Amino acid sequence: MEPASVTGEGAAPVIATRGLTKRYRGGQLAVDGLDLTVPAGSVFGFLGPNGSGKTTTIRMLMGLIEPTSGTAHVLGRPIPGATRAVLPEVGALIEGPALYGFLSGRDNLLRYDSADPAADPRTRRARTAAALERVGLAAAGGKKARAYSLGMKQRLGLAAALLRPRRLLVLDEPTNGLDPQGMREIRGLIRELAADGTTVFLSSHLLDEIEQVCTHAAVMTRGRLVTQGAVADLAAGARGRLAVTTPDPADAARVLKEQGVTGLTVAGETVTGEPPDRDLAEVNAALVAAGVRVRGFTLERASLEDAFVALTGEGFDVAG
Amino acid sequence: MSRAETTCPPAARPLWTFGLLRSELVTTLRRWRTLVLLAVLAAVPVLIGIAVRVETGGGGDPDRGGGGPAFIAQVTNNGLFLVFTALAATLPFFLPMAVGVIAGDAVAGEAGAGTLRYLLVAPAGRTRLLLTKYATVLAFCLLATLVVTVSALAVGALLFPLGEVTTISGTRIGFGDGLLRALLIALAVAASLTGVAALGLFVSTLTHSGIAAMATTVGLLITVQILDQIPQLHAIQPYLFSHYWLSFADLLRDPVLWDDLRRNLVLQGVYAAVFGTAAWARFTAKDITA
Repeated sequence: MEPASVTGEGAAPVIATRGLTKRYRGGQLAVDGLDLTVPAGSVFGFLGPNGSGKTTTIRMLMGLIEPTSGTAHVLGRPIPGATRAVLPEVGALIEGPALYGFLSGRDNLLRYDSADPAADPRTRRARTAAALERVGLAAAGGKKARAYSLGMKQRLGLAAALLRPRRLLVLDEPTNGLDPQGMREIRGLIRELAADGTTVFLSSHLLDEIEQVCTHAAVMTRGRLVTQGAVADLAAGARGRLAVTTPDPADAARVLKEQGVTGLTVAGETVTGEPPDRDLAEVNAALVAAGVRVRGFTLERASLEDAFVALTGEGFDVAG
Repeated sequence: MSRAETTCPPAARPLWTFGLLRSELVTTLRRWRTLVLLAVLAAVPVLIGIAVRVETGGGGDPDRGGGGPAFIAQVTNNGLFLVFTALAATLPFFLPMAVGVIAGDAVAGEAGAGTLRYLLVAPAGRTRLLLTKYATVLAFCLLATLVVTVSALAVGALLFPLGEVTTISGTRIGFGDGLLRALLIALAVAASLTGVAALGLFVSTLTHSGIAAMATTVGLLITVQILDQIPQLHAIQPYLFSHYWLSFADLLRDPVLWDDLRRNLVLQGVYAAVFGTAAWARFTAKDITA
């Protein structure tokens, strides 16, 4: 078991990997020396372009793939050694839902539940109905799964992950195929689960999704972990930009340069640059004192996307 | 749901396997493919019965057995012989093909559909899942054989008279005794299929494509049947899983000749052990990437 101090939050991490590496038989290095720490109670965003090794990591955490080297602990127990003890407390949605098309949605859930030796068969029907209700499929539970839309299949996959109270939810691209309304519902569900104390490990390539629901995040590219930590810290790592809107851009640029603003760019009536380490009120006062007519003076807050681009030096949707 | 229930260690319940086994049996039986296979098997005795009936009704010679199963000539005298005839007709190909389809699809089909990963993270446990799969395929062997048997018995009783049975040895036994032997024969035929079942399950752990696994298993079945017919290969023939299949006819001798029946059971056991172990070794060490 990892020492509690790893997270700095008093509780043992829910997921902890050390040097986790997977090299496929073809020689391709999918995951390279991953040191991942997911604090208990967090909503942890796992970010990276397609092909960056996120899914391979998740499969290793779920005992589906054997690591080439390194260790992984989930809920304090080693994986794949203790999968039988750990996985009943983990709900998972991995690379989209997979269903038996010839069975109804409800029968799909009953089948997955009966595969779990720790699930109580006496409460099976009740728990299945509750899970369908929770993802908004109560009315469609009797329909054959092959007649489901992609969004409904995704919901049924989520319902399977929620068949029992879980300590950890691993959700790989949970809003895939959902319309905006469905996405909002799923985000609400995730927040609700997190409020109950469930740790949620959420992989996504949608930055704003991570930004909206996650407390912590890690970024992977090409099999390596680029960074991990609290979302607020990650975004703070990338500095915002100062933007001045003025009909006198040339004068404004000159004054801003004197005030220590670097990396100035002028586009039409907007001058932007890296803000200096001083009170921005003084910068604004200097502009006004120099007779520059200021229409707008804003500090654009750095987003996770800026942080990501700063960290990886590439656009987000570039496959690794 | 109480909090206590979630925090108690997930101890294996005494009936921990049966939930999954029941689910597996029901799921298999609800597939259209399974039902079609069983329907085809049920149709074989109907076709044979009608053919024999039409042939004899049209004034044909009922004793013209030819090179086919020796039982067919007796069907017109005793409907019970339709059971033996139907089993002899389906054992070389229809029955093992049906078993090969079910066994080949068992793991590979789930892998192809992606449902395998969800069963494993449930967590079904790899050994437990494989044992459940094999138990289900064995249940299908028995069910398929019984479908042929019952269908043949029904058609035989409908189209032909029933009565005392003349054994291959020439003695006569009562109808009740004959019925008992028919049941024993059905069990012997079902047991004959356990080797193919294990082979199919092993092939199924090698691929992510259910179709590929089914085709490979059925292909192996045909190959073995051909090898068993080539006289020059007599040295290896006793080791082919189909070699003693027709030994079930020895149950109709008086007294019963057990030698080949026993050899058949041992051979099937060896196949089940070898390919069952191979399937287990493969499946428990496999990276599930589908």
